[in-house]
Amino acid sequence: MRNGGVLLALAAFFATTSLFAIGGANSAVPEMHRYAVDVQHWLTDPQFSETFALAQLTPGPNIIIVTLIGFHVAGVLGGLVATLAMCGPTCLFAYYVGRASDRFRGAAWHDALSRGLVPVTLGLLASSAAVIATTSDYSRLALLITAGTAIIAFFVRVHPLWAFGIAALLGVAGLV
Amino acid sequence: MTSSAQIPSTADPQAPSRPAADPHAQSAAPQPSLGDIFIAFAKISLSGFGGVLAWARRMMVEERKWMTPDEFNEVYALCSFLPGGNIINFSIIFGGRLRGPLGSVAALGGLLGPPLILILIIGAIYAHYGDLPALRRALTGVASAAAGLMMATVAKMARPLFRNRAVVGPLIALATFAAITIMRWPLPYVLVVIVPVSIAYAWTRPSRAA
Repeated sequence: MRNGGVLLALAAFFATTSLFAIGGANSAVPEMHRYAVDVQHWLTDPQFSETFALAQLTPGPNIIIVTLIGFHVAGVLGGLVATLAMCGPTCLFAYYVGRASDRFRGAAWHDALSRGLVPVTLGLLASSAAVIATTSDYSRLALLITAGTAIIAFFVRVHPLWAFGIAALLGVAGLV
Repeated sequence: MTSSAQIPSTADPQAPSRPAADPHAQSAAPQPSLGDIFIAFAKISLSGFGGVLAWARRMMVEERKWMTPDEFNEVYALCSFLPGGNIINFSIIFGGRLRGPLGSVAALGGLLGPPLILILIIGAIYAHYGDLPALRRALTGVASAAAGLMMATVAKMARPLFRNRAVVGPLIALATFAAITIMRWPLPYVLVVIVPVSIAYAWTRPSRAA
């Protein structure tokens, strides 16, 4: 039976991280990697990559990756604790902001806040892409998949499932 | 004296034939039940692979008509600078405004409930069969593709930022990237420094000049 220490660590980490996930769950992926792999050694790099892939394949918001991390660490309870911790603080915050937003509407700082967060979000998403690439691309073909998908998706609208399906097939075929 | 008896026109398709309120009829004050909210968000969640917010708009504004386009845009804008996932915040705000705390719970429950159950099942299966080399390679392939998709998104986002000979914006983005990816500093410390700097800079520059 997992001791409470692990659950506490999960809760504390995700509750804190949730408040810094500017731009969404994907922005927090590098931090999740840093903590789960580098600090706690709950997952190896390949496992992190596979966990991320599973979360991407599951319909719904990307935040569901924390459920899988928590599950890997401490079963169903770990998954629930991680999810609640990741959602809790931000949801409370959002609830009150949503109710009070009449005071926010059209405020000058509203605009500065939105614009100010754009470059930071950009940096975080780039970091996220880098983390996923470095934990996944161990072969030349994997690099090719990443580069190819990036180039195509830049110019054309790519439905994620197509990219995932083709990549998965290449993987199963033993080419990756 | 002209009579002005208000007889509902039988040709009007919007006129309810019965006094009972139709929850899906166009009205100024939509009153979906908690169950309606839960189901709507469950549908949104299960339809979207990353484009969940687009489905949300379709459901809220076009299908159920629970929000006007303006209302949607306003809530969306609000969500975009709140920490956490956009659609998560959206569900909380939407549910909260409509039905208070219980509304938020219903919305978030619908949004996260089914994926939560799904991923726990997937996690259990993966724990058992995750060692199959073919499966691992397939998932790694998916991750590689996902990284590529993210890079494309980043590049598209970066285009307007790097235009107009802007310096500070790109610098902030690069500094954030360096701090997180190269220096591997913890996220909270990085943001606590860089977010105020970025906002302060945006504050000093009026719109369309950054």
